Amino acid sequence: MTQTALPVSKMHVPRARLRNWIGVIPFFLFAILFIFLPSVRLFVGSFTNPEGQFTLENVAELFSQDYIRSSYLLSIQISAVTALGGGIFGFLLAYSVTVGGLPKSLRSALVTFSGVASNFAGVPLAFAFVATLGRTGFITTVLKDVFDFNIYDHGFNLYSFLGLSLTYMYFQFPLMVLIMAPALDGLKKEWREAAENLGANTMQYWMRIALPILLPSILGAMILLFGNSFGAYATAYALTGGRLPIITIQIGAQVRGDVLHNPNLGNAMAMGMVFIMAMSLAGYSWLQGKTERWLR
Amino acid sequence: MSLAVRVRKFPFWSYVWFILGVLYFVLPLLATFEFSLTLERDKIGFKAYEKAFADPDFLETFGYSVFLATMTIIVSIILIVPTAYWIRLRLPEARRIVEFITLLPFVIPAIILVFGLIRVYSSPVNVPFTEITLVEPLTNFKFGTNLLIIGGYMVLGLPYMYRSVDTGMRTVDVRTLTEAAQSLGANWYVIIARVILPNIRTALLSGSLLTFAIVVGEVVLASFLGINAFGPYLFLLGQHRAYEPAALTFTTFLLTWAAMGIIQLITGGQEQVAGAH
Repeated sequence: MTQTALPVSKMHVPRARLRNWIGVIPFFLFAILFIFLPSVRLFVGSFTNPEGQFTLENVAELFSQDYIRSSYLLSIQISAVTALGGGIFGFLLAYSVTVGGLPKSLRSALVTFSGVASNFAGVPLAFAFVATLGRTGFITTVLKDVFDFNIYDHGFNLYSFLGLSLTYMYFQFPLMVLIMAPALDGLKKEWREAAENLGANTMQYWMRIALPILLPSILGAMILLFGNSFGAYATAYALTGGRLPIITIQIGAQVRGDVLHNPNLGNAMAMGMVFIMAMSLAGYSWLQGKTERWLR
Repeated sequence: MSLAVRVRKFPFWSYVWFILGVLYFVLPLLATFEFSLTLERDKIGFKAYEKAFADPDFLETFGYSVFLATMTIIVSIILIVPTAYWIRLRLPEARRIVEFITLLPFVIPAIILVFGLIRVYSSPVNVPFTEITLVEPLTNFKFGTNLLIIGGYMVLGLPYMYRSVDTGMRTVDVRTLTEAAQSLGANWYVIIARVILPNIRTALLSGSLLTFAIVVGEVVLASFLGINAFGPYLFLLGQHRAYEPAALTFTTFLLTWAAMGIIQLITGGQEQVAGAH
Protein backbone atom coordinates (compact mmCIF):
# COMPACT_ATOMS: atom_id res chain seq x y z
CA MET A 1 0.00 0.00 0.00
CA THR A 2 3.06 2.21 -0.11
CA GLN A 3 1.95 3.65 -3.42
CA THR A 4 -1.02 5.36 -1.76
CA ALA A 5 1.27 7.65 0.25
CA LEU A 6 0.46 11.29 -0.27
CA PRO A 7 2.80 12.83 -2.82
CA VAL A 8 3.01 15.79 -0.46
CA SER A 9 4.60 13.71 2.27
CA LYS A 10 7.54 13.03 -0.01
CA MET A 11 8.43 16.69 0.00
CA HIS A 12 8.31 17.05 3.75
CA VAL A 13 11.47 15.33 4.76
CA PRO A 14 12.08 13.22 7.89
CA ARG A 15 10.69 15.63 10.46
CA ALA A 16 7.15 15.50 9.07
CA ARG A 17 7.53 11.75 8.70
CA LEU A 18 8.44 11.51 12.32
CA ARG A 19 5.57 13.75 13.33
CA ASN A 20 3.18 11.42 11.50
CA TRP A 21 4.03 8.67 13.95
CA ILE A 22 2.37 10.71 16.70
CA GLY A 23 -0.97 9.66 15.19
CA VAL A 24 -0.41 6.02 16.04
CA ILE A 25 0.94 6.55 19.57
CA PRO A 26 -2.37 5.70 21.30
CA PHE A 27 -2.49 2.40 19.48
CA PHE A 28 1.08 1.51 20.38
CA LEU A 29 0.46 2.56 23.97
CA PHE A 30 -2.49 0.19 24.10
CA ALA A 31 -0.44 -2.60 22.54
CA ILE A 32 2.37 -2.05 25.04
CA LEU A 33 0.09 -1.99 28.08
CA PHE A 34 -2.13 -4.93 27.19
CA ILE A 35 -0.06 -7.12 24.87
CA PHE A 36 3.66 -6.46 25.21
CA LEU A 37 4.05 -5.81 28.93
CA PRO A 38 2.15 -8.99 29.89
CA SER A 39 4.03 -11.14 27.38
CA VAL A 40 7.41 -9.64 28.17
CA ARG A 41 6.78 -10.20 31.86
CA LEU A 42 6.03 -13.87 31.25
CA PHE A 43 8.99 -14.14 28.89
CA VAL A 44 11.47 -12.59 31.30
CA GLY A 45 10.03 -14.60 34.16
CA SER A 46 10.58 -17.85 32.35
CA PHE A 47 14.31 -17.15 32.26
CA THR A 48 14.61 -16.02 35.86
CA ASN A 49 15.33 -18.10 38.95
CA PRO A 50 13.81 -17.37 42.38
CA GLU A 51 16.85 -15.22 43.21
CA GLY A 52 16.17 -13.06 40.17
CA GLN A 53 19.09 -14.22 38.06
CA PHE A 54 19.10 -15.49 34.51
CA THR A 55 18.55 -19.22 34.15
CA LEU A 56 17.56 -21.80 31.57
CA GLU A 57 16.38 -24.17 34.28
CA ASN A 58 12.67 -23.37 33.90
CA VAL A 59 12.77 -24.09 30.20
CA ALA A 60 14.70 -27.30 30.82
CA GLU A 61 12.13 -28.34 33.40
CA LEU A 62 9.36 -28.10 30.83
CA PHE A 63 10.91 -31.13 29.19
CA SER A 64 12.07 -32.98 32.28
CA GLN A 65 8.97 -32.80 34.48
CA ASP A 66 6.52 -35.52 33.50
CA TYR A 67 3.59 -33.48 34.80
CA ILE A 68 4.29 -30.69 32.32
CA ARG A 69 5.58 -32.76 29.42
CA SER A 70 2.52 -35.01 29.43
CA SER A 71 0.22 -31.98 29.50
CA TYR A 72 1.87 -30.52 26.44
CA LEU A 73 1.69 -33.89 24.76
CA LEU A 74 -2.00 -34.29 25.54
CA SER A 75 -2.75 -30.81 24.21
CA ILE A 76 -0.75 -31.48 21.08
CA GLN A 77 -2.52 -34.79 20.52
CA ILE A 78 -6.00 -33.32 20.95
CA SER A 79 -5.14 -30.38 18.72
CA ALA A 80 -3.64 -32.62 16.04
CA VAL A 81 -6.59 -35.02 16.07
CA THR A 82 -9.20 -32.26 15.89
CA ALA A 83 -7.20 -30.32 13.30
CA LEU A 84 -6.98 -33.41 11.11
CA GLY A 85 -10.56 -34.55 11.68
CA GLY A 86 -12.02 -31.07 11.49
CA GLY A 87 -9.80 -30.31 8.53
CA ILE A 88 -10.89 -33.32 6.49
CA PHE A 89 -14.56 -33.01 7.34
CA GLY A 90 -14.53 -29.25 6.85
CA PHE A 91 -12.84 -29.67 3.49
CA LEU A 92 -15.43 -32.18 2.32
CA LEU A 93 -18.20 -29.83 3.41
CA ALA A 94 -16.60 -26.85 1.69
CA TYR A 95 -16.13 -29.04 -1.39
CA SER A 96 -19.78 -30.06 -1.39
CA VAL A 97 -21.08 -26.47 -1.48
CA THR A 98 -18.49 -25.03 -3.86
CA VAL A 99 -17.47 -27.38 -6.66
CA GLY A 100 -19.50 -30.33 -5.39
CA GLY A 101 -22.64 -29.38 -7.27
CA LEU A 102 -24.95 -28.42 -4.41
CA PRO A 103 -27.40 -25.52 -4.91
CA LYS A 104 -26.12 -22.00 -4.15
CA SER A 105 -28.65 -21.47 -1.36
CA LEU A 106 -27.15 -24.33 0.64
CA ARG A 107 -23.78 -22.64 0.44
CA SER A 108 -24.82 -19.39 2.08
CA ALA A 109 -26.70 -21.36 4.74
CA LEU A 110 -23.58 -23.39 5.47
CA VAL A 111 -21.31 -20.35 5.58
CA THR A 112 -23.60 -18.49 7.97
CA PHE A 113 -23.90 -21.52 10.18
CA SER A 114 -20.15 -22.02 10.12
CA GLY A 115 -19.68 -18.44 11.23
CA VAL A 116 -21.95 -19.08 14.17
CA ALA A 117 -20.51 -22.45 15.13
CA SER A 118 -16.89 -21.34 14.93
CA ASN A 119 -17.76 -18.66 17.47
CA PHE A 120 -19.86 -20.94 19.65
CA ALA A 121 -17.31 -22.17 22.14
CA GLY A 122 -16.57 -22.20 25.83
CA VAL A 123 -19.10 -22.98 28.52
CA PRO A 124 -22.23 -23.07 26.33
CA LEU A 125 -20.57 -25.49 23.92
CA ALA A 126 -19.59 -27.80 26.76
CA PHE A 127 -23.15 -27.74 28.12
CA ALA A 128 -24.58 -28.45 24.69
CA PHE A 129 -22.41 -31.53 24.36
CA VAL A 130 -23.33 -32.76 27.82
CA ALA A 131 -26.96 -32.53 26.73
CA THR A 132 -26.10 -34.44 23.57
CA LEU A 133 -23.57 -37.11 24.48
CA GLY A 134 -23.55 -37.03 28.28
CA ARG A 135 -24.77 -40.02 30.28
CA THR A 136 -28.38 -38.96 29.87
CA GLY A 137 -27.77 -36.97 26.71
CA PHE A 138 -30.02 -36.95 23.70
CA ILE A 139 -27.99 -39.22 21.42
CA THR A 140 -27.01 -41.50 24.30
CA THR A 141 -30.67 -41.98 25.21
CA VAL A 142 -31.84 -42.49 21.65
CA LEU A 143 -29.16 -45.11 21.01
CA LYS A 144 -30.07 -46.86 24.25
CA ASP A 145 -33.84 -46.81 23.75
CA VAL A 146 -34.02 -47.47 20.04
CA PHE A 147 -30.99 -49.65 19.35
CA ASP A 148 -30.50 -50.96 22.88
CA PHE A 149 -26.89 -49.81 22.65
CA ASN A 150 -25.39 -47.99 25.62
CA ILE A 151 -22.29 -46.17 24.39
CA TYR A 152 -21.10 -45.71 27.97
CA ASP A 153 -21.00 -49.51 28.35
CA HIS A 154 -18.80 -49.69 25.30
CA GLY A 155 -16.00 -47.47 26.43
CA PHE A 156 -17.32 -44.07 25.37
CA ASN A 157 -17.00 -41.23 27.83
CA LEU A 158 -17.72 -37.59 27.03
CA TYR A 159 -15.27 -36.45 29.69
CA SER A 160 -12.34 -38.11 27.95
CA PHE A 161 -9.95 -37.52 25.08
CA LEU A 162 -12.50 -38.68 22.52
CA GLY A 163 -15.33 -36.70 24.09
CA LEU A 164 -13.33 -33.49 24.25
CA SER A 165 -12.16 -34.00 20.66
CA LEU A 166 -15.74 -34.44 19.44
CA THR A 167 -16.67 -31.24 21.29
CA TYR A 168 -13.76 -29.28 19.81
CA MET A 169 -14.75 -30.49 16.37
CA TYR A 170 -17.85 -28.34 16.71
CA PHE A 171 -15.81 -25.19 16.27
CA GLN A 172 -13.01 -26.78 14.23
CA PHE A 173 -14.68 -27.95 11.06
CA PRO A 174 -16.74 -24.77 10.58
CA LEU A 175 -13.51 -22.77 10.66
CA MET A 176 -12.14 -25.07 7.96
CA VAL A 177 -15.27 -24.46 5.88
CA LEU A 178 -14.78 -20.69 6.19
CA ILE A 179 -11.16 -20.88 5.08
CA MET A 180 -11.51 -23.50 2.36
CA ALA A 181 -14.66 -22.31 0.59
CA PRO A 182 -12.92 -19.25 -0.92
CA ALA A 183 -9.85 -21.35 -1.80
CA LEU A 184 -11.99 -23.91 -3.62
CA ASP A 185 -13.64 -21.06 -5.51
CA GLY A 186 -10.18 -20.23 -6.83
CA LEU A 187 -9.96 -23.49 -8.77
CA LYS A 188 -10.40 -22.43 -12.36
CA LYS A 189 -12.88 -24.19 -14.60
CA GLU A 190 -10.33 -24.15 -17.40
CA TRP A 191 -7.99 -26.43 -15.48
CA ARG A 192 -10.63 -29.07 -15.19
CA GLU A 193 -11.66 -28.70 -18.84
CA ALA A 194 -8.07 -28.89 -19.96
CA ALA A 195 -7.53 -32.02 -17.89
CA GLU A 196 -10.68 -33.62 -19.27
CA ASN A 197 -9.72 -32.77 -22.83
CA LEU A 198 -6.47 -34.58 -22.24
CA GLY A 199 -8.45 -37.60 -21.09
CA ALA A 200 -8.15 -37.33 -17.33
CA ASN A 201 -10.95 -38.72 -15.21
CA THR A 202 -12.25 -37.07 -12.05
CA MET A 203 -9.91 -39.03 -9.82
CA GLN A 204 -6.87 -38.06 -11.88
CA TYR A 205 -7.98 -34.43 -11.98
CA TRP A 206 -8.20 -34.28 -8.18
CA MET A 207 -5.05 -36.23 -7.44
CA ARG A 208 -2.83 -34.61 -10.03
CA ILE A 209 -4.16 -31.06 -10.32
CA ALA A 210 -6.68 -29.80 -7.77
CA LEU A 211 -5.23 -31.29 -4.60
CA PRO A 212 -1.61 -30.35 -5.32
CA ILE A 213 -2.73 -26.76 -5.91
CA LEU A 214 -4.85 -26.72 -2.78
CA LEU A 215 -2.42 -28.63 -0.60
CA PRO A 216 -0.57 -25.66 0.92
CA SER A 217 -3.88 -24.02 1.65
CA ILE A 218 -5.30 -27.19 3.22
CA LEU A 219 -2.20 -27.73 5.34
CA GLY A 220 -2.12 -24.07 6.34
CA ALA A 221 -5.74 -24.15 7.40
CA MET A 222 -5.15 -27.32 9.41
CA ILE A 223 -2.26 -25.65 11.20
CA LEU A 224 -4.58 -22.78 12.03
CA LEU A 225 -7.10 -25.29 13.41
CA PHE A 226 -4.30 -26.80 15.45
CA GLY A 227 -3.58 -23.47 17.11
CA ASN A 228 -7.28 -22.85 17.51
CA SER A 229 -7.79 -25.86 19.75
CA PHE A 230 -4.36 -25.66 21.35
CA GLY A 231 -5.29 -22.38 23.02
CA ALA A 232 -8.76 -23.46 24.10
CA TYR A 233 -9.38 -23.44 27.82
CA ALA A 234 -12.97 -22.71 28.76
CA THR A 235 -14.52 -25.54 26.77
CA ALA A 236 -12.22 -28.13 28.30
CA TYR A 237 -12.59 -26.74 31.79
CA ALA A 238 -16.38 -26.57 31.64
CA LEU A 239 -16.59 -30.06 30.16
CA THR A 240 -14.10 -32.02 32.23
CA GLY A 241 -13.72 -29.76 35.24
CA GLY A 242 -9.95 -30.03 34.96
CA ARG A 243 -9.83 -33.82 34.98
CA LEU A 244 -8.21 -33.94 31.57
CA PRO A 245 -4.86 -32.23 32.22
CA ILE A 246 -4.25 -30.38 28.96
CA ILE A 247 -1.71 -27.59 29.09
CA THR A 248 -4.20 -24.71 29.28
CA ILE A 249 -5.87 -26.38 32.28
CA GLN A 250 -2.49 -26.72 33.99
CA ILE A 251 -1.70 -23.08 33.33
CA GLY A 252 -5.11 -22.15 34.72
CA ALA A 253 -4.31 -24.06 37.89
CA GLN A 254 -1.00 -22.24 38.08
CA VAL A 255 -2.74 -18.86 37.79
CA ARG A 256 -5.31 -19.73 40.48
CA GLY A 257 -2.64 -20.75 42.91
CA ASP A 258 1.00 -21.52 42.45
CA VAL A 259 0.57 -25.32 42.22
CA LEU A 260 4.10 -25.82 40.96
CA HIS A 261 5.55 -23.80 43.86
CA ASN A 262 7.61 -21.99 41.29
CA PRO A 263 5.95 -19.00 39.63
CA ASN A 264 8.66 -18.79 37.00
CA LEU A 265 8.07 -22.35 35.89
CA GLY A 266 4.47 -21.28 35.33
CA ASN A 267 5.75 -18.42 33.19
CA ALA A 268 7.85 -20.83 31.18
CA MET A 269 4.82 -23.07 30.68
CA ALA A 270 2.89 -20.12 29.28
CA MET A 271 5.76 -19.09 27.04
CA GLY A 272 6.04 -22.62 25.71
CA MET A 273 2.44 -22.35 24.62
CA VAL A 274 2.97 -18.98 22.98
CA PHE A 275 5.97 -20.45 21.17
CA ILE A 276 3.92 -23.32 19.73
CA MET A 277 1.09 -20.96 18.77
CA ALA A 278 3.54 -18.59 17.09
CA MET A 279 5.09 -21.47 15.15
CA SER A 280 1.69 -22.57 13.91
CA LEU A 281 0.70 -19.06 12.86
CA ALA A 282 4.02 -18.63 11.05
CA GLY A 283 3.49 -21.97 9.30
CA TYR A 284 0.01 -20.89 8.31
CA SER A 285 1.05 -17.60 6.76
CA TRP A 286 4.01 -19.21 4.99
CA LEU A 287 1.77 -21.83 3.40
CA GLN A 288 -0.89 -19.23 2.65
CA GLY A 289 1.69 -17.30 0.67
CA LYS A 290 2.48 -20.41 -1.35
CA THR A 291 -1.14 -20.88 -2.41
CA GLU A 292 -1.77 -17.31 -3.41
CA ARG A 293 0.41 -17.84 -6.46
CA TRP A 294 -2.23 -20.11 -7.92
CA LEU A 295 -5.49 -19.02 -6.37
CA ARG A 296 -5.49 -15.37 -7.41
CA MET B 1 -17.75 -34.74 -24.25
CA SER B 2 -18.61 -31.24 -23.11
CA LEU B 3 -22.23 -32.30 -22.88
CA ALA B 4 -21.26 -35.22 -20.68
CA VAL B 5 -19.41 -32.79 -18.44
CA ARG B 6 -22.32 -30.42 -18.19
CA VAL B 7 -24.92 -33.05 -17.39
CA ARG B 8 -23.36 -34.10 -14.12
CA LYS B 9 -24.96 -36.90 -12.22
CA PHE B 10 -26.74 -36.22 -8.98
CA PRO B 11 -24.07 -35.07 -6.48
CA PHE B 12 -24.64 -37.94 -4.09
CA TRP B 13 -21.50 -37.58 -1.97
CA SER B 14 -21.90 -33.83 -1.71
CA TYR B 15 -25.32 -34.38 -0.18
CA VAL B 16 -23.91 -36.99 2.18
CA TRP B 17 -21.24 -34.59 3.51
CA PHE B 18 -23.70 -31.76 3.70
CA ILE B 19 -26.26 -33.78 5.65
CA LEU B 20 -23.58 -35.07 8.02
CA GLY B 21 -22.46 -31.49 8.57
CA VAL B 22 -25.99 -30.33 9.26
CA LEU B 23 -26.44 -33.16 11.76
CA TYR B 24 -23.23 -32.19 13.56
CA PHE B 25 -24.41 -28.60 13.70
CA VAL B 26 -27.96 -29.25 14.70
CA LEU B 27 -27.97 -32.26 17.01
CA PRO B 28 -26.24 -30.57 19.99
CA LEU B 29 -28.57 -27.60 19.68
CA LEU B 30 -31.60 -29.78 19.33
CA ALA B 31 -30.49 -31.83 22.32
CA THR B 32 -29.95 -28.72 24.42
CA PHE B 33 -33.27 -27.26 23.39
CA GLU B 34 -35.15 -30.48 24.01
CA PHE B 35 -33.53 -30.86 27.42
CA SER B 36 -34.28 -27.28 28.40
CA LEU B 37 -37.99 -27.86 27.77
CA THR B 38 -38.31 -30.76 30.19
CA LEU B 39 -37.89 -29.06 33.55
CA GLU B 40 -41.37 -30.08 34.63
CA ARG B 41 -41.99 -33.78 34.77
CA ASP B 42 -44.04 -35.16 31.88
CA LYS B 43 -44.59 -31.74 30.44
CA ILE B 44 -42.96 -29.75 27.69
CA GLY B 45 -42.67 -26.09 28.48
CA PHE B 46 -40.54 -23.00 28.81
CA LYS B 47 -40.40 -23.14 32.60
CA ALA B 48 -36.59 -23.41 32.59
CA TYR B 49 -36.38 -20.20 30.57
CA GLU B 50 -38.78 -18.44 32.92
CA LYS B 51 -36.76 -19.49 35.93
CA ALA B 52 -33.42 -18.67 34.33
CA PHE B 53 -34.46 -15.22 33.18
CA ALA B 54 -36.14 -14.40 36.49
CA ASP B 55 -32.97 -15.03 38.49
CA PRO B 56 -31.71 -11.62 39.64
CA ASP B 57 -28.14 -12.89 39.35
CA PHE B 58 -28.72 -13.63 35.70
CA LEU B 59 -30.01 -10.14 35.06
CA GLU B 60 -27.12 -8.61 36.92
CA THR B 61 -24.35 -10.66 35.33
CA PHE B 62 -25.80 -10.55 31.84
CA GLY B 63 -26.33 -6.82 32.12
CA TYR B 64 -22.76 -6.46 33.28
CA SER B 65 -21.46 -8.48 30.32
CA VAL B 66 -23.47 -6.32 27.95
CA PHE B 67 -21.99 -3.26 29.63
CA LEU B 68 -18.45 -4.63 29.26
CA ALA B 69 -19.10 -5.55 25.63
CA THR B 70 -20.43 -2.07 24.89
CA MET B 71 -17.45 -0.38 26.54
CA THR B 72 -15.06 -2.67 24.69
CA ILE B 73 -16.68 -1.85 21.37
CA ILE B 74 -16.74 1.90 21.98
CA VAL B 75 -13.14 2.13 23.13
CA SER B 76 -12.00 -0.20 20.33
CA ILE B 77 -13.64 2.02 17.73
CA ILE B 78 -12.16 5.16 19.26
CA LEU B 79 -8.73 3.56 19.21
CA ILE B 80 -8.78 1.65 15.94
CA VAL B 81 -10.63 3.93 13.53
CA PRO B 82 -8.22 6.89 13.82
CA THR B 83 -5.25 4.50 13.77
CA ALA B 84 -6.35 2.66 10.64
CA TYR B 85 -7.32 5.98 9.05
CA TRP B 86 -4.00 7.59 9.84
CA ILE B 87 -2.09 4.63 8.47
CA ARG B 88 -4.02 4.67 5.23
CA LEU B 89 -3.59 8.39 4.81
CA ARG B 90 -0.27 9.42 6.24
CA LEU B 91 1.72 6.52 7.56
CA PRO B 92 1.67 3.55 5.19
CA GLU B 93 5.06 2.51 6.50
CA ALA B 94 3.43 1.62 9.82
CA ARG B 95 1.02 -0.79 8.18
CA ARG B 96 3.15 -3.91 8.52
CA ILE B 97 3.96 -3.45 12.18
CA VAL B 98 0.39 -2.55 13.10
CA GLU B 99 -1.01 -5.49 11.16
CA PHE B 100 1.50 -7.71 12.88
CA ILE B 101 0.31 -6.46 16.27
CA THR B 102 -3.32 -7.08 15.37
CA LEU B 103 -2.44 -10.70 14.68
CA LEU B 104 -0.72 -11.23 18.03
CA PRO B 105 -3.94 -12.12 19.85
CA PHE B 106 -4.05 -15.27 17.71
CA VAL B 107 -0.74 -16.28 19.24
CA ILE B 108 -1.62 -15.34 22.80
CA PRO B 109 -4.61 -17.38 24.00
CA ALA B 110 -6.96 -15.81 26.54
CA ILE B 111 -5.57 -17.89 29.37
CA ILE B 112 -2.03 -16.64 28.69
CA LEU B 113 -3.24 -13.07 28.28
CA VAL B 114 -4.98 -13.05 31.64
CA PHE B 115 -1.98 -14.76 33.23
CA GLY B 116 0.30 -12.00 31.96
CA LEU B 117 -2.11 -9.23 32.90
CA ILE B 118 -2.37 -10.54 36.44
CA ARG B 119 1.41 -10.89 36.72
CA VAL B 120 1.97 -7.31 35.58
CA TYR B 121 -0.90 -5.49 37.24
CA SER B 122 -1.10 -7.27 40.58
CA SER B 123 1.79 -5.14 41.79
CA PRO B 124 1.50 -1.40 42.43
CA VAL B 125 2.81 1.10 39.91
CA ASN B 126 5.58 3.07 41.57
CA VAL B 127 7.36 6.24 40.63
CA PRO B 128 10.45 4.83 38.93
CA PHE B 129 13.33 3.94 41.29
CA THR B 130 11.35 4.82 44.42
CA GLU B 131 8.89 3.19 46.77
CA ILE B 132 6.27 5.86 46.21
CA THR B 133 3.10 4.24 44.92
CA LEU B 134 1.36 5.98 42.07
CA VAL B 135 -1.41 3.48 41.50
CA GLU B 136 -2.56 0.64 43.71
CA PRO B 137 -2.41 -2.81 42.09
CA LEU B 138 -5.11 -2.70 39.42
CA THR B 139 -6.31 -6.16 40.39
CA ASN B 140 -7.25 -4.92 43.85
CA PHE B 141 -10.17 -2.63 43.12
CA LYS B 142 -13.22 -2.73 40.92
CA PHE B 143 -12.33 0.10 38.59
CA GLY B 144 -8.92 -1.48 38.08
CA THR B 145 -10.25 -4.91 37.14
CA ASN B 146 -12.79 -3.29 34.85
CA LEU B 147 -9.97 -1.47 33.14
CA LEU B 148 -8.01 -4.70 32.79
CA ILE B 149 -10.88 -6.73 31.43
CA ILE B 150 -11.94 -4.11 28.90
CA GLY B 151 -8.33 -3.86 27.76
CA GLY B 152 -8.14 -7.65 27.57
CA TYR B 153 -11.37 -7.88 25.60
CA MET B 154 -10.09 -5.23 23.23
CA VAL B 155 -7.07 -7.45 22.64
CA LEU B 156 -9.30 -10.47 21.95
CA GLY B 157 -11.43 -8.51 19.51
CA LEU B 158 -8.51 -6.60 17.95
CA PRO B 159 -7.90 -8.86 14.92
CA TYR B 160 -11.56 -8.77 13.92
CA MET B 161 -12.19 -5.11 14.61
CA TYR B 162 -9.04 -3.96 12.86
CA ARG B 163 -9.63 -6.13 9.82
CA SER B 164 -13.24 -4.98 9.55
CA VAL B 165 -12.35 -1.30 9.82
CA ASP B 166 -9.39 -1.56 7.46
CA THR B 167 -11.42 -3.42 4.85
CA GLY B 168 -14.18 -0.85 5.21
CA MET B 169 -11.73 1.98 4.59
CA ARG B 170 -10.27 0.27 1.57
CA THR B 171 -13.66 0.14 -0.12
CA VAL B 172 -14.68 3.78 0.44
CA ASP B 173 -11.50 5.60 -0.64
CA VAL B 174 -10.80 7.60 2.50
CA ARG B 175 -8.27 9.78 0.71
CA THR B 176 -10.77 11.37 -1.66
CA LEU B 177 -13.31 11.75 1.12
CA THR B 178 -10.72 13.46 3.29
CA GLU B 179 -9.63 15.84 0.55
CA ALA B 180 -13.24 16.73 -0.23
CA ALA B 181 -13.98 17.38 3.44
CA GLN B 182 -10.80 19.40 3.88
CA SER B 183 -11.57 21.59 0.91
CA LEU B 184 -14.92 22.33 2.53
CA GLY B 185 -13.09 23.45 5.64
CA ALA B 186 -13.69 20.49 7.93
CA ASN B 187 -11.28 19.85 10.81
CA TRP B 188 -9.94 16.40 11.76
CA TYR B 189 -12.62 15.69 14.29
CA VAL B 190 -15.39 16.49 11.80
CA ILE B 191 -13.68 14.43 9.12
CA ILE B 192 -13.45 11.34 11.26
CA ALA B 193 -16.76 11.62 13.11
CA ARG B 194 -19.00 12.95 10.35
CA VAL B 195 -17.36 11.73 7.15
CA ILE B 196 -15.32 8.59 7.76
CA LEU B 197 -17.39 6.88 10.47
CA PRO B 198 -20.73 7.02 8.61
CA ASN B 199 -19.06 5.69 5.48
CA ILE B 200 -17.65 2.63 7.16
CA ARG B 201 -20.69 1.89 9.31
CA THR B 202 -21.18 -1.56 7.81
CA ALA B 203 -17.64 -2.53 8.73
CA LEU B 204 -18.05 -1.01 12.19
CA LEU B 205 -21.28 -2.88 12.76
CA SER B 206 -19.84 -6.23 11.76
CA GLY B 207 -16.69 -5.69 13.84
CA SER B 208 -18.83 -4.66 16.79
CA LEU B 209 -21.17 -7.64 16.53
CA LEU B 210 -18.25 -10.02 16.35
CA THR B 211 -16.70 -8.40 19.40
CA PHE B 212 -20.06 -8.60 21.15
CA ALA B 213 -20.33 -12.31 20.38
CA ILE B 214 -16.83 -12.91 21.76
CA VAL B 215 -17.25 -10.83 24.90
CA VAL B 216 -20.74 -11.65 26.12
CA GLY B 217 -20.12 -15.31 26.89
CA GLU B 218 -16.42 -14.95 27.67
CA VAL B 219 -15.37 -16.82 30.78
CA VAL B 220 -11.57 -17.00 31.04
CA LEU B 221 -10.68 -13.36 31.59
CA ALA B 222 -13.79 -12.72 33.65
CA SER B 223 -13.33 -15.61 36.04
CA PHE B 224 -9.59 -15.09 36.60
CA LEU B 225 -10.01 -11.36 37.13
CA GLY B 226 -12.89 -12.10 39.49
CA ILE B 227 -15.48 -10.24 37.51
CA ASN B 228 -19.13 -11.03 37.98
CA ALA B 229 -19.96 -11.50 34.32
CA PHE B 230 -22.31 -13.80 32.47
CA GLY B 231 -19.69 -16.40 31.51
CA PRO B 232 -18.62 -17.28 35.07
CA TYR B 233 -22.26 -17.12 36.17
CA LEU B 234 -23.30 -19.66 33.56
CA PHE B 235 -20.39 -21.88 34.53
CA LEU B 236 -21.31 -21.82 38.21
CA LEU B 237 -24.97 -22.35 37.44
CA GLY B 238 -23.99 -25.46 35.54
CA GLN B 239 -22.36 -26.88 38.66
CA HIS B 240 -25.60 -27.17 40.60
CA ARG B 241 -28.47 -26.83 38.14
CA ALA B 242 -29.36 -28.78 35.03
CA TYR B 243 -32.22 -27.18 33.11
CA GLU B 244 -31.57 -23.47 33.51
CA PRO B 245 -28.02 -23.70 32.11
CA ALA B 246 -29.43 -25.58 29.12
CA ALA B 247 -31.97 -22.80 28.60
CA LEU B 248 -29.26 -20.14 28.83
CA THR B 249 -26.97 -22.13 26.53
CA PHE B 250 -29.66 -22.22 23.90
CA THR B 251 -30.27 -18.51 24.37
CA THR B 252 -26.54 -17.79 23.97
CA PHE B 253 -26.59 -19.75 20.77
CA LEU B 254 -29.50 -17.72 19.46
CA LEU B 255 -27.64 -14.52 20.36
CA THR B 256 -24.51 -15.64 18.52
CA TRP B 257 -26.68 -16.65 15.60
CA ALA B 258 -28.38 -13.27 15.54
CA ALA B 259 -25.02 -11.47 15.58
CA MET B 260 -23.57 -13.59 12.78
CA GLY B 261 -26.78 -13.50 10.78
CA ILE B 262 -26.78 -9.70 10.83
CA ILE B 263 -23.12 -9.60 9.78
CA GLN B 264 -23.90 -11.96 6.93
CA LEU B 265 -26.82 -9.79 5.88
CA ILE B 266 -25.06 -6.44 5.93
CA THR B 267 -21.83 -7.57 4.35
CA GLY B 268 -23.35 -9.94 1.84
CA GLY B 269 -21.15 -12.76 3.08
CA GLN B 270 -17.90 -10.95 2.35
CA GLU B 271 -16.75 -10.80 5.93
CA GLN B 272 -14.90 -13.75 7.33
CA VAL B 273 -16.55 -14.47 10.63
CA ALA B 274 -14.24 -16.79 12.49
CA GLY B 275 -13.24 -16.67 16.08
CA ALA B 276 -10.25 -18.06 17.90
CA HIS B 277 -10.66 -19.91 21.13
